[in-house]
Amino acid sequence: MESATSGSSNRRKFLKLGAALTGGLSACKQSAPDAASEEPSRLGKPISAYGERSPYEKAARMLPDTRTPEAASSRTPLQDCYGAITPAPLHFERHHAGVPDIDPARHRLLIHGMVERPLILAMDEIRRLPSATRIHFVECAGNSGSEWGPRTGPTAQAAHGLASCSAWTGVPLSLLLEEVGVKPAASWILAEGADACRMQRSIPLKKAMADVLVAYGQNGEAVRPGQGYPLRLVVPGWEGNLQVKWLRRIKVFDQPHMTRDETSKYTDLMADGKARQFTFEMEAKSVITFPSGGQRLAGRGAYEIGGLAWSGRGRIERVEVSTDAGATWRNAALEEPRLRMAFTRFRVPWSWDGSEVTLVSRAIDETGYVQPSREDLIAARGRNSQYHCNCLTAWKVMADGSVGNAGA
Amino acid sequence: MPVLRLGVVSLLAALPLLGQSPRFGVGRAPTPEEVKSWDISIAPDGTGLPEGSGTALQGKDIYASKCSKCHGTQAQGGDDAALVGGKGSLNTPKPMKTVASYWPYATTLWDYTSRAMPFKDPGSLNPNQVYAVVAYVLHLGGIIGESDAMNARTLPAVRMPNRDGFIPDARPDAGRKASKR
Repeated sequence: MESATSGSSNRRKFLKLGAALTGGLSACKQSAPDAASEEPSRLGKPISAYGERSPYEKAARMLPDTRTPEAASSRTPLQDCYGAITPAPLHFERHHAGVPDIDPARHRLLIHGMVERPLILAMDEIRRLPSATRIHFVECAGNSGSEWGPRTGPTAQAAHGLASCSAWTGVPLSLLLEEVGVKPAASWILAEGADACRMQRSIPLKKAMADVLVAYGQNGEAVRPGQGYPLRLVVPGWEGNLQVKWLRRIKVFDQPHMTRDETSKYTDLMADGKARQFTFEMEAKSVITFPSGGQRLAGRGAYEIGGLAWSGRGRIERVEVSTDAGATWRNAALEEPRLRMAFTRFRVPWSWDGSEVTLVSRAIDETGYVQPSREDLIAARGRNSQYHCNCLTAWKVMADGSVGNAGA
Repeated sequence: MPVLRLGVVSLLAALPLLGQSPRFGVGRAPTPEEVKSWDISIAPDGTGLPEGSGTALQGKDIYASKCSKCHGTQAQGGDDAALVGGKGSLNTPKPMKTVASYWPYATTLWDYTSRAMPFKDPGSLNPNQVYAVVAYVLHLGGIIGESDAMNARTLPAVRMPNRDGFIPDARPDAGRKASKR
Protein backbone atom coordinates (compact mmCIF):
# COMPACT_ATOMS: atom_id res chain seq x y z
CA MET A 1 0.00 0.00 0.00
CA GLU A 2 2.66 2.43 1.04
CA SER A 3 4.72 1.84 -2.09
CA ALA A 4 1.66 2.27 -4.31
CA THR A 5 0.95 5.67 -2.72
CA SER A 6 4.50 6.91 -3.07
CA GLY A 7 4.61 5.60 -6.64
CA SER A 8 1.54 7.63 -7.50
CA SER A 9 3.07 10.69 -5.90
CA ASN A 10 6.29 10.18 -7.81
CA ARG A 11 4.35 9.91 -10.98
CA ARG A 12 2.69 13.29 -10.40
CA LYS A 13 6.10 14.83 -9.78
CA PHE A 14 7.43 13.21 -12.93
CA LEU A 15 4.57 14.54 -15.02
CA LYS A 16 5.11 18.07 -13.66
CA LEU A 17 8.81 17.87 -14.36
CA GLY A 18 8.17 16.46 -17.81
CA ALA A 19 5.72 19.23 -18.68
CA ALA A 20 8.15 21.87 -17.49
CA LEU A 21 11.03 20.41 -19.45
CA THR A 22 9.39 19.72 -22.76
CA GLY A 23 6.44 22.05 -22.91
CA GLY A 24 4.15 19.12 -23.49
CA LEU A 25 6.41 17.03 -25.72
CA SER A 26 5.65 13.88 -23.73
CA ALA A 27 4.65 11.07 -26.02
CA CYS A 28 2.54 9.50 -23.23
CA LYS A 29 -1.11 9.38 -24.07
CA GLN A 30 -3.10 11.14 -21.35
CA SER A 31 -5.78 8.45 -21.48
CA ALA A 32 -3.39 5.50 -21.04
CA PRO A 33 -2.97 4.50 -17.38
CA ASP A 34 0.61 4.41 -16.14
CA ALA A 35 1.67 0.75 -16.00
CA ALA A 36 3.90 1.42 -13.00
CA SER A 37 0.86 2.21 -10.85
CA GLU A 38 -0.78 -1.15 -11.55
CA GLU A 39 -0.37 -4.12 -9.20
CA PRO A 40 1.57 -7.00 -10.74
CA SER A 41 -1.09 -9.65 -11.19
CA ARG A 42 0.00 -12.48 -13.44
CA LEU A 43 3.02 -14.21 -14.80
CA GLY A 44 4.48 -13.07 -18.06
CA LYS A 45 5.46 -15.14 -21.05
CA PRO A 46 7.99 -17.96 -20.70
CA ILE A 47 11.46 -18.05 -22.19
CA SER A 48 11.57 -18.60 -25.93
CA ALA A 49 13.98 -20.01 -28.50
CA TYR A 50 14.08 -16.99 -30.80
CA GLY A 51 13.10 -13.54 -29.67
CA GLU A 52 10.48 -11.28 -31.14
CA ARG A 53 10.13 -7.56 -30.73
CA SER A 54 7.45 -6.04 -28.55
CA PRO A 55 4.02 -5.97 -30.20
CA TYR A 56 3.98 -2.26 -29.38
CA GLU A 57 6.87 -1.59 -31.75
CA LYS A 58 5.77 -0.86 -35.31
CA ALA A 59 8.90 0.29 -37.16
CA ALA A 60 8.73 -1.23 -40.64
CA ARG A 61 10.33 -1.11 -44.04
CA MET A 62 8.45 0.97 -46.60
CA LEU A 63 7.20 -0.98 -49.60
CA PRO A 64 6.47 0.50 -53.02
CA ASP A 65 3.23 -0.03 -54.90
CA THR A 66 4.46 -2.28 -57.71
CA ARG A 67 3.42 -5.07 -60.06
CA THR A 68 6.78 -6.74 -59.55
CA PRO A 69 7.69 -6.89 -55.84
CA GLU A 70 10.39 -9.45 -56.74
CA ALA A 71 12.28 -6.70 -58.55
CA ALA A 72 11.80 -3.79 -56.21
CA SER A 73 13.21 -2.12 -53.13
CA SER A 74 12.06 -1.70 -49.53
CA ARG A 75 13.35 1.18 -47.41
CA THR A 76 14.79 1.31 -43.90
CA PRO A 77 12.90 3.51 -41.39
CA LEU A 78 16.01 5.55 -40.52
CA GLN A 79 13.90 7.85 -38.36
CA ASP A 80 12.83 4.92 -36.15
CA CYS A 81 16.27 3.32 -35.63
CA TYR A 82 18.68 3.86 -32.73
CA GLY A 83 22.47 3.91 -32.80
CA ALA A 84 24.44 3.04 -35.91
CA ILE A 85 23.40 -0.57 -36.49
CA THR A 86 20.30 -1.31 -38.55
CA PRO A 87 18.30 -4.29 -37.26
CA ALA A 88 18.57 -6.99 -39.93
CA PRO A 89 14.76 -7.24 -40.38
CA LEU A 90 14.74 -3.51 -41.19
CA HIS A 91 17.77 -3.55 -43.53
CA PHE A 92 16.67 -2.18 -46.90
CA GLU A 93 16.22 -4.65 -49.76
CA ARG A 94 16.74 -4.42 -53.47
CA HIS A 95 16.07 -7.62 -55.33
CA HIS A 96 16.14 -8.20 -59.09
CA ALA A 97 14.44 -11.60 -59.29
CA GLY A 98 13.11 -12.29 -55.82
CA VAL A 99 14.70 -13.89 -52.75
CA PRO A 100 15.90 -17.43 -53.51
CA ASP A 101 15.38 -20.23 -51.01
CA ILE A 102 18.88 -21.67 -50.55
CA ASP A 103 19.84 -24.71 -48.48
CA PRO A 104 23.29 -23.84 -47.08
CA ALA A 105 24.27 -27.52 -47.06
CA ARG A 106 23.97 -27.49 -50.86
CA HIS A 107 25.32 -24.03 -51.56
CA ARG A 108 28.72 -23.76 -53.26
CA LEU A 109 31.03 -20.93 -54.22
CA LEU A 110 33.06 -21.41 -57.40
CA ILE A 111 36.15 -19.28 -57.94
CA HIS A 112 37.67 -19.63 -61.40
CA GLY A 113 38.90 -17.77 -64.47
CA MET A 114 42.40 -16.33 -64.52
CA VAL A 115 43.58 -18.25 -61.47
CA GLU A 116 46.17 -20.96 -60.85
CA ARG A 117 43.83 -23.28 -58.95
CA PRO A 118 40.07 -22.97 -59.48
CA LEU A 119 38.18 -23.86 -56.33
CA ILE A 120 34.75 -25.00 -55.20
CA LEU A 121 33.96 -24.21 -51.58
CA ALA A 122 31.07 -25.44 -49.46
CA MET A 123 29.66 -23.22 -46.72
CA ASP A 124 31.21 -25.28 -43.92
CA GLU A 125 34.57 -25.00 -45.66
CA ILE A 126 34.24 -21.24 -45.97
CA ARG A 127 33.47 -21.03 -42.26
CA ARG A 128 36.73 -22.89 -41.48
CA LEU A 129 38.77 -20.00 -42.88
CA PRO A 130 39.98 -17.02 -40.83
CA SER A 131 37.07 -14.62 -40.41
CA ALA A 132 36.63 -10.94 -39.70
CA THR A 133 33.69 -8.87 -38.47
CA ARG A 134 33.40 -5.35 -39.81
CA ILE A 135 30.74 -2.68 -39.48
CA HIS A 136 29.82 -1.15 -42.83
CA PHE A 137 26.90 0.61 -44.41
CA VAL A 138 25.35 -0.70 -47.60
CA GLU A 139 23.70 1.99 -49.73
CA CYS A 140 21.91 1.65 -53.04
CA ALA A 141 23.30 3.92 -55.77
CA GLY A 142 19.73 5.13 -56.28
CA ASN A 143 19.31 6.19 -52.66
CA SER A 144 18.21 9.82 -52.22
CA GLY A 145 17.44 9.94 -55.96
CA SER A 146 14.26 11.85 -55.12
CA GLU A 147 16.43 14.71 -53.84
CA TRP A 148 17.44 15.68 -57.38
CA GLY A 149 13.89 17.10 -57.34
CA PRO A 150 11.43 18.36 -58.12
CA ARG A 151 9.35 15.93 -56.01
CA THR A 152 11.58 15.24 -53.00
CA GLY A 153 11.07 12.50 -50.42
CA PRO A 154 8.55 13.43 -47.71
CA THR A 155 10.29 11.44 -44.94
CA ALA A 156 13.83 10.34 -44.06
CA GLN A 157 12.75 6.80 -44.94
CA ALA A 158 11.29 7.71 -48.33
CA ALA A 159 14.21 9.94 -49.28
CA HIS A 160 17.19 8.09 -47.79
CA GLY A 161 15.99 4.65 -46.68
CA LEU A 162 18.00 2.68 -49.26
CA ALA A 163 20.89 2.71 -46.80
CA SER A 164 21.49 0.49 -43.78
CA CYS A 165 24.43 -0.49 -41.60
CA SER A 166 25.37 -3.90 -40.21
CA ALA A 167 28.18 -5.78 -38.54
CA TRP A 168 29.19 -8.23 -41.27
CA THR A 169 31.12 -11.43 -40.55
CA GLY A 170 32.93 -13.41 -43.18
CA VAL A 171 36.15 -14.21 -44.98
CA PRO A 172 38.22 -11.48 -46.62
CA LEU A 173 37.94 -11.97 -50.38
CA SER A 174 41.70 -11.34 -50.64
CA LEU A 175 42.29 -14.52 -48.67
CA LEU A 176 40.20 -16.57 -51.11
CA LEU A 177 41.89 -14.94 -54.11
CA GLU A 178 45.33 -15.69 -52.66
CA GLU A 179 44.19 -19.25 -52.10
CA VAL A 180 43.31 -19.72 -55.79
CA GLY A 181 46.33 -17.75 -57.02
CA VAL A 182 45.36 -14.83 -59.27
CA LYS A 183 47.30 -14.72 -62.54
CA PRO A 184 49.29 -11.53 -63.20
CA ALA A 185 47.21 -10.44 -66.22
CA ALA A 186 43.96 -10.32 -64.20
CA SER A 187 42.44 -6.94 -63.34
CA TRP A 188 38.74 -7.48 -62.60
CA ILE A 189 36.45 -10.02 -61.00
CA LEU A 190 32.88 -10.86 -61.95
CA ALA A 191 30.60 -11.76 -59.02
CA GLU A 192 27.41 -13.73 -59.63
CA GLY A 193 24.41 -14.41 -57.41
CA ALA A 194 22.29 -17.54 -57.16
CA ASP A 195 19.04 -15.63 -57.58
CA ALA A 196 16.83 -16.47 -60.55
CA CYS A 197 18.41 -13.78 -62.77
CA ARG A 198 21.98 -14.69 -61.78
CA MET A 199 22.69 -11.08 -60.91
CA GLN A 200 26.23 -10.12 -62.03
CA ARG A 201 28.61 -7.23 -61.42
CA SER A 202 32.24 -6.59 -62.30
CA ILE A 203 34.53 -5.28 -59.55
CA PRO A 204 38.12 -4.07 -59.97
CA LEU A 205 40.60 -6.63 -58.64
CA LYS A 206 42.32 -3.88 -56.67
CA LYS A 207 39.19 -3.31 -54.59
CA ALA A 208 38.55 -7.05 -54.31
CA MET A 209 42.00 -7.45 -52.77
CA ALA A 210 41.69 -4.37 -50.54
CA ASP A 211 38.74 -4.79 -48.19
CA VAL A 212 35.90 -6.84 -49.71
CA LEU A 213 34.31 -9.39 -47.41
CA VAL A 214 32.59 -12.66 -48.39
CA ALA A 215 30.02 -12.49 -45.61
CA TYR A 216 27.86 -15.15 -43.98
CA GLY A 217 27.08 -13.24 -40.78
CA GLN A 218 25.04 -10.11 -40.14
CA ASN A 219 24.66 -8.56 -36.70
CA GLY A 220 25.67 -11.75 -34.92
CA GLU A 221 23.53 -14.25 -36.81
CA ALA A 222 23.39 -15.68 -40.30
CA VAL A 223 22.84 -13.16 -43.09
CA ARG A 224 19.08 -12.85 -43.65
CA PRO A 225 17.62 -14.34 -46.85
CA GLY A 226 16.73 -10.86 -48.10
CA GLN A 227 20.34 -9.83 -47.54
CA GLY A 228 21.89 -12.75 -49.41
CA TYR A 229 21.71 -15.90 -47.29
CA PRO A 230 23.87 -17.86 -47.04
CA LEU A 231 26.69 -15.84 -48.64
CA ARG A 232 27.12 -12.35 -50.03
CA LEU A 233 29.73 -9.77 -50.91
CA VAL A 234 30.25 -6.70 -48.77
CA VAL A 235 32.12 -4.05 -50.74
CA PRO A 236 32.81 -1.29 -48.20
CA GLY A 237 31.76 2.19 -49.23
CA TRP A 238 30.78 1.24 -52.78
CA GLU A 239 27.30 1.18 -54.27
CA GLY A 240 24.98 -1.54 -53.02
CA ASN A 241 24.42 -3.16 -56.41
CA LEU A 242 28.03 -4.42 -56.41
CA GLN A 243 27.56 -6.24 -53.13
CA VAL A 244 26.22 -9.35 -54.80
CA LYS A 245 23.86 -11.40 -52.65
CA TRP A 246 23.47 -15.20 -52.71
CA LEU A 247 27.05 -15.30 -54.01
CA ARG A 248 27.71 -18.46 -56.02
CA ARG A 249 30.53 -17.64 -58.42
CA ILE A 250 33.54 -15.38 -58.81
CA LYS A 251 35.33 -15.26 -62.15
CA VAL A 252 38.73 -13.59 -62.25
CA PHE A 253 39.18 -11.80 -65.55
CA ASP A 254 41.16 -9.15 -67.43
CA GLN A 255 38.25 -6.81 -68.27
CA PRO A 256 34.85 -5.81 -66.94
CA HIS A 257 32.01 -7.90 -68.37
CA MET A 258 29.85 -4.86 -69.15
CA THR A 259 26.78 -6.46 -67.59
CA ARG A 260 23.42 -4.76 -67.79
CA ASP A 261 23.80 -3.36 -64.26
CA GLU A 262 27.09 -1.63 -65.11
CA THR A 263 26.06 -0.23 -68.49
CA SER A 264 22.34 0.41 -68.89
CA LYS A 265 21.85 0.85 -65.12
CA TYR A 266 24.04 2.40 -62.42
CA THR A 267 25.73 4.70 -64.93
CA ASP A 268 25.36 8.43 -64.40
CA LEU A 269 24.09 10.43 -67.38
CA MET A 270 25.59 13.93 -67.59
CA ALA A 271 23.95 16.99 -69.13
CA ASP A 272 25.93 16.61 -72.38
CA GLY A 273 24.56 13.10 -72.95
CA LYS A 274 27.74 11.28 -71.93
CA ALA A 275 27.42 8.85 -69.03
CA ARG A 276 29.91 8.22 -66.27
CA GLN A 277 30.57 4.53 -65.83
CA PHE A 278 31.97 2.57 -62.87
CA THR A 279 30.92 5.26 -60.42
CA PHE A 280 31.45 3.01 -57.44
CA GLU A 281 31.99 5.19 -54.36
CA MET A 282 29.10 6.46 -52.30
CA GLU A 283 30.09 9.98 -51.32
CA ALA A 284 29.64 11.57 -47.89
CA LYS A 285 26.04 12.08 -46.84
CA SER A 286 24.12 13.06 -43.74
CA VAL A 287 20.45 13.19 -42.86
CA ILE A 288 18.68 14.54 -39.81
CA THR A 289 16.38 11.78 -38.57
CA PHE A 290 14.85 13.89 -35.79
CA PRO A 291 13.09 16.13 -36.42
CA SER A 292 12.48 14.85 -39.93
CA GLY A 293 9.70 14.82 -42.50
CA GLY A 294 6.42 13.35 -41.32
CA GLN A 295 7.17 13.97 -37.63
CA ARG A 296 5.55 16.63 -35.48
CA LEU A 297 6.94 18.63 -32.59
CA ALA A 298 4.49 18.83 -29.71
CA GLY A 299 5.46 22.36 -28.72
CA ARG A 300 8.27 24.84 -28.23
CA GLY A 301 11.18 24.00 -25.96
CA ALA A 302 14.15 21.66 -25.70
CA TYR A 303 14.89 18.97 -28.26
CA GLU A 304 17.89 17.10 -29.50
CA ILE A 305 18.46 17.19 -33.24
CA GLY A 306 19.85 13.82 -34.24
CA GLY A 307 20.84 12.04 -37.41
CA LEU A 308 23.15 9.77 -39.35
CA ALA A 309 26.20 10.48 -41.47
CA TRP A 310 28.39 8.20 -43.57
CA SER A 311 30.99 8.26 -46.33
CA GLY A 312 32.17 5.68 -48.83
CA ARG A 313 35.63 7.23 -48.69
CA GLY A 314 36.29 6.66 -45.01
CA ARG A 315 35.50 8.08 -41.60
CA ILE A 316 33.11 10.91 -40.84
CA GLU A 317 35.27 13.77 -39.61
CA ARG A 318 32.62 16.33 -38.75
CA VAL A 319 28.92 17.00 -39.11
CA GLU A 320 27.61 20.54 -39.09
CA VAL A 321 24.01 21.43 -38.35
CA SER A 322 22.19 24.60 -39.26
CA THR A 323 18.88 25.70 -37.74
CA ASP A 324 18.59 28.73 -40.04
CA ALA A 325 18.53 27.18 -43.51
CA GLY A 326 22.30 27.15 -43.84
CA ALA A 327 23.07 30.76 -42.82
CA THR A 328 25.08 29.62 -39.79
CA TRP A 329 26.43 26.20 -38.80
CA ARG A 330 27.60 24.54 -35.63
CA ASN A 331 29.42 21.29 -35.06
CA ALA A 332 27.37 18.33 -33.91
CA ALA A 333 28.63 15.83 -31.35
CA LEU A 334 29.63 12.56 -33.03
CA GLU A 335 28.97 9.24 -31.37
CA GLU A 336 31.91 6.84 -31.10
CA PRO A 337 33.17 4.66 -32.55
CA ARG A 338 33.48 6.55 -35.80
CA LEU A 339 34.26 3.74 -38.20
CA ARG A 340 35.31 3.95 -41.82
CA MET A 341 32.44 3.39 -44.28
CA ALA A 342 29.93 3.03 -41.46
CA PHE A 343 26.98 4.99 -40.09
CA THR A 344 27.96 7.63 -37.53
CA ARG A 345 25.37 9.20 -35.22
CA PHE A 346 25.39 12.94 -34.68
CA ARG A 347 23.53 15.04 -32.14
CA VAL A 348 23.08 18.70 -31.35
CA PRO A 349 20.92 20.24 -28.62
CA TRP A 350 18.31 22.72 -29.79
CA SER A 351 15.53 24.82 -28.42
CA TRP A 352 12.60 25.47 -30.69
CA ASP A 353 11.00 28.88 -30.27
CA GLY A 354 7.86 27.86 -32.13
CA SER A 355 8.65 29.73 -35.34
CA GLU A 356 9.08 28.32 -38.83
CA VAL A 357 12.65 27.04 -39.18
CA THR A 358 14.70 25.04 -41.66
CA LEU A 359 17.09 22.39 -40.33
CA VAL A 360 20.03 21.18 -42.43
CA SER A 361 22.98 18.87 -41.77
CA ARG A 362 26.28 18.69 -43.66
CA ALA A 363 28.82 15.86 -43.46
CA ILE A 364 32.59 16.26 -43.88
CA ASP A 365 34.63 13.07 -44.25
CA GLU A 366 38.26 12.29 -43.48
CA THR A 367 39.33 13.23 -47.01
CA GLY A 368 38.05 16.77 -46.39
CA TYR A 369 35.14 16.29 -48.78
CA VAL A 370 32.12 18.41 -47.86
CA GLN A 371 28.59 17.17 -48.63
CA PRO A 372 27.38 19.50 -51.41
CA SER A 373 24.16 21.45 -51.86
CA ARG A 374 21.68 20.31 -54.47
CA GLU A 375 22.55 23.36 -56.56
CA ASP A 376 26.26 22.44 -56.54
CA LEU A 377 25.47 18.85 -57.47
CA ILE A 378 23.20 19.88 -60.34
CA ALA A 379 25.77 22.41 -61.55
CA ALA A 380 28.35 19.61 -61.75
CA ARG A 381 26.15 16.84 -63.18
CA GLY A 382 22.95 18.24 -64.60
CA ARG A 383 19.57 16.79 -63.72
CA ASN A 384 19.67 13.43 -65.51
CA SER A 385 22.27 11.50 -63.57
CA GLN A 386 19.67 9.74 -61.38
CA TYR A 387 22.17 7.88 -59.17
CA HIS A 388 24.62 8.92 -56.46
CA CYS A 389 22.69 11.89 -55.13
CA ASN A 390 24.27 12.97 -51.84
CA CYS A 391 23.10 16.56 -51.57
CA LEU A 392 22.08 18.28 -48.35
CA THR A 393 18.60 17.53 -47.07
CA ALA A 394 16.72 20.35 -45.38
CA TRP A 395 13.68 19.75 -43.19
CA LYS A 396 11.24 22.59 -42.62
CA VAL A 397 9.54 22.81 -39.24
CA MET A 398 6.25 24.67 -39.54
CA ALA A 399 4.77 26.83 -36.78
CA ASP A 400 2.31 24.04 -35.96
CA GLY A 401 5.24 21.66 -35.32
CA SER A 402 4.78 19.61 -38.47
CA VAL A 403 7.94 18.77 -40.42
CA GLY A 404 8.36 18.41 -44.18
CA ASN A 405 11.07 18.32 -46.83
CA ALA A 406 12.18 21.91 -47.43
CA GLY A 407 13.28 20.95 -50.92
CA ALA A 408 9.75 19.92 -51.88
CA MET B 1 53.57 -30.76 -37.13
CA PRO B 2 51.14 -28.08 -35.85
CA VAL B 3 54.12 -25.91 -34.94
CA LEU B 4 55.59 -26.32 -38.40
CA ARG B 5 52.29 -25.45 -40.06
CA LEU B 6 51.91 -22.31 -37.98
CA GLY B 7 55.43 -21.31 -38.97
CA VAL B 8 54.67 -21.64 -42.67
CA VAL B 9 51.47 -19.63 -42.35
CA SER B 10 53.25 -16.81 -40.53
CA LEU B 11 56.02 -16.74 -43.09
CA LEU B 12 53.57 -16.48 -45.97
CA ALA B 13 51.58 -13.79 -44.22
CA ALA B 14 54.75 -11.78 -43.83
CA LEU B 15 55.71 -12.18 -47.48
CA PRO B 16 52.74 -11.24 -49.66
CA LEU B 17 54.67 -11.98 -52.84
CA LEU B 18 54.77 -15.61 -51.84
CA GLY B 19 51.06 -15.64 -50.99
CA GLN B 20 50.21 -17.26 -54.31
CA SER B 21 50.39 -20.82 -53.04
CA PRO B 22 47.40 -22.27 -51.19
CA ARG B 23 47.62 -21.82 -47.44
CA PHE B 24 44.53 -23.62 -46.24
CA GLY B 25 43.79 -26.34 -48.72
CA VAL B 26 40.05 -26.34 -48.06
CA GLY B 27 37.56 -26.95 -50.84
CA ARG B 28 38.22 -28.93 -53.98
CA ALA B 29 39.19 -28.31 -57.58
CA PRO B 30 36.20 -28.20 -59.95
CA THR B 31 36.24 -30.42 -63.02
CA PRO B 32 36.42 -28.59 -66.38
CA GLU B 33 32.84 -29.75 -67.01
CA GLU B 34 31.67 -28.17 -63.76
CA VAL B 35 33.30 -24.87 -64.65
CA LYS B 36 31.77 -24.99 -68.11
CA SER B 37 28.27 -25.61 -66.79
CA TRP B 38 28.53 -22.88 -64.15
CA ASP B 39 30.23 -20.24 -66.26
CA ILE B 40 27.47 -18.34 -68.03
CA SER B 41 29.34 -15.04 -68.20
CA ILE B 42 29.54 -13.19 -71.49
CA ALA B 43 32.31 -10.63 -72.02
CA PRO B 44 32.05 -7.70 -74.46
CA ASP B 45 34.67 -9.34 -76.72
CA GLY B 46 32.32 -12.31 -77.05
CA THR B 47 34.11 -14.60 -74.59
CA GLY B 48 31.51 -17.07 -73.34
CA LEU B 49 28.99 -16.75 -76.18
CA PRO B 50 27.75 -20.24 -77.04
CA GLU B 51 27.19 -21.93 -80.37
CA GLY B 52 23.97 -21.02 -82.09
CA SER B 53 22.52 -18.41 -84.37
CA GLY B 54 19.39 -16.38 -85.07
CA THR B 55 17.97 -13.60 -87.22
CA ALA B 56 15.36 -10.92 -86.59
CA LEU B 57 12.95 -12.82 -88.84
CA GLN B 58 13.35 -15.86 -86.61
CA GLY B 59 13.08 -13.77 -83.45
CA LYS B 60 9.81 -12.02 -84.29
CA ASP B 61 7.51 -14.75 -82.97
CA ILE B 62 9.63 -15.37 -79.88
CA TYR B 63 9.50 -11.67 -79.10
CA ALA B 64 5.73 -11.60 -79.59
CA SER B 65 5.13 -14.50 -77.21
CA LYS B 66 7.84 -13.85 -74.59
CA CYS B 67 8.60 -10.12 -74.56
CA SER B 68 5.89 -7.95 -76.08
CA LYS B 69 3.52 -8.08 -73.11
CA CYS B 70 5.92 -6.00 -70.97
CA HIS B 71 8.08 -4.22 -73.55
CA GLY B 72 5.43 -3.42 -76.18
CA THR B 73 4.73 -4.99 -79.56
CA GLN B 74 7.43 -2.92 -81.26
CA ALA B 75 9.73 -2.78 -78.18
CA GLN B 76 8.52 0.77 -77.65
CA GLY B 77 7.88 0.07 -73.97
CA GLY B 78 4.79 -0.78 -71.95
CA ASP B 79 4.60 -1.88 -68.35
CA ASP B 80 8.37 -2.18 -68.55
CA ALA B 81 11.23 -0.43 -70.27
CA ALA B 82 11.31 0.61 -73.90
CA LEU B 83 14.06 -1.26 -75.74
CA VAL B 84 14.22 1.00 -78.78
CA GLY B 85 13.74 4.70 -79.49
CA GLY B 86 15.25 7.60 -77.64
CA LYS B 87 18.04 8.34 -80.09
CA GLY B 88 19.19 11.92 -79.65
CA SER B 89 17.43 12.21 -76.29
CA LEU B 90 20.34 11.66 -73.91
CA ASN B 91 21.30 15.33 -73.63
CA THR B 92 17.72 16.58 -73.31
CA PRO B 93 15.58 17.10 -70.20
CA LYS B 94 13.83 13.79 -70.94
CA PRO B 95 16.52 11.25 -71.73
CA MET B 96 15.29 7.86 -72.91
CA LYS B 97 17.85 5.17 -72.12
CA THR B 98 17.06 2.20 -74.37
CA VAL B 99 19.09 -0.64 -75.84
CA ALA B 100 19.20 1.32 -79.09
CA SER B 101 19.97 4.73 -77.62
CA TYR B 102 22.13 3.88 -74.61
CA TRP B 103 23.51 0.34 -74.31
CA PRO B 104 27.17 0.26 -75.41
CA TYR B 105 27.49 -3.48 -76.18
CA ALA B 106 25.21 -5.94 -77.98
CA THR B 107 26.75 -8.74 -75.90
CA THR B 108 25.12 -7.19 -72.82
CA LEU B 109 21.69 -7.66 -74.37
CA TRP B 110 22.46 -11.31 -75.12
CA ASP B 111 23.76 -11.92 -71.58
CA TYR B 112 20.88 -10.18 -69.83
CA THR B 113 18.22 -11.77 -72.02
CA SER B 114 19.75 -15.19 -71.52
CA ARG B 115 20.04 -15.15 -67.73
CA ALA B 116 17.35 -12.71 -66.59
CA MET B 117 14.53 -12.74 -69.14
CA PRO B 118 11.62 -13.29 -69.43
CA PHE B 119 11.16 -11.77 -65.99
CA LYS B 120 8.90 -14.54 -64.69
CA ASP B 121 10.85 -17.38 -66.31
CA PRO B 122 14.49 -16.28 -66.41
CA GLY B 123 16.97 -18.54 -68.16
CA SER B 124 14.27 -20.37 -70.10
CA LEU B 125 15.33 -19.38 -73.63
CA ASN B 126 17.85 -21.59 -75.45
CA PRO B 127 20.87 -19.99 -77.20
CA ASN B 128 19.24 -20.01 -80.66
CA GLN B 129 16.17 -18.28 -79.24
CA VAL B 130 18.32 -15.69 -77.48
CA TYR B 131 20.31 -14.95 -80.64
CA ALA B 132 17.06 -14.60 -82.58
CA VAL B 133 15.24 -12.35 -80.13
CA VAL B 134 18.34 -10.20 -79.63
CA ALA B 135 18.57 -9.87 -83.42
CA TYR B 136 14.91 -8.82 -83.51
CA VAL B 137 15.40 -6.10 -80.89
CA LEU B 138 18.56 -4.84 -82.62
CA HIS B 139 16.63 -4.79 -85.88
CA LEU B 140 13.72 -2.87 -84.35
CA GLY B 141 16.34 -0.41 -83.11
CA GLY B 142 17.59 0.09 -86.65
CA ILE B 143 20.99 -1.37 -85.81
CA ILE B 144 21.03 -4.54 -87.97
CA GLY B 145 19.07 -5.88 -90.93
CA GLU B 146 16.25 -8.36 -90.52
CA SER B 147 18.22 -11.15 -92.18
CA ASP B 148 21.53 -10.51 -90.40
CA ALA B 149 22.46 -13.65 -88.49
CA MET B 150 23.63 -13.08 -84.93
CA ASN B 151 26.09 -15.61 -83.56
CA ALA B 152 29.19 -15.77 -81.38
CA ARG B 153 31.24 -14.11 -84.13
CA THR B 154 28.84 -11.44 -85.46
CA LEU B 155 27.21 -10.25 -82.21
CA PRO B 156 30.37 -8.80 -80.57
CA ALA B 157 31.11 -7.00 -83.86
CA VAL B 158 27.80 -5.10 -83.81
CA ARG B 159 28.56 -1.42 -83.39
CA MET B 160 26.06 -0.03 -80.89
CA PRO B 161 25.09 3.63 -81.51
CA ASN B 162 26.14 4.77 -78.02
CA ARG B 163 29.34 2.73 -77.88
CA ASP B 164 31.43 5.86 -77.21
CA GLY B 165 28.91 7.42 -74.85
CA PHE B 166 30.62 6.43 -71.61
CA ILE B 167 33.29 8.27 -69.66
CA PRO B 168 35.19 7.52 -66.43
CA ASP B 169 34.05 8.59 -62.98
CA ALA B 170 35.09 12.21 -62.44
CA ARG B 171 34.12 12.51 -58.80
CA PRO B 172 34.64 14.17 -56.43
CA ASP B 173 33.16 16.91 -58.56
CA ALA B 174 30.85 18.88 -56.29
CA GLY B 175 32.02 18.50 -52.69
CA ARG B 176 34.54 21.20 -51.93
CA LYS B 177 37.44 20.54 -49.60
CA ALA B 178 36.83 21.60 -46.04
CA SER B 179 39.14 23.98 -44.26
CA LYS B 180 40.64 22.21 -41.24
CA ARG B 181 39.15 23.26 -37.95
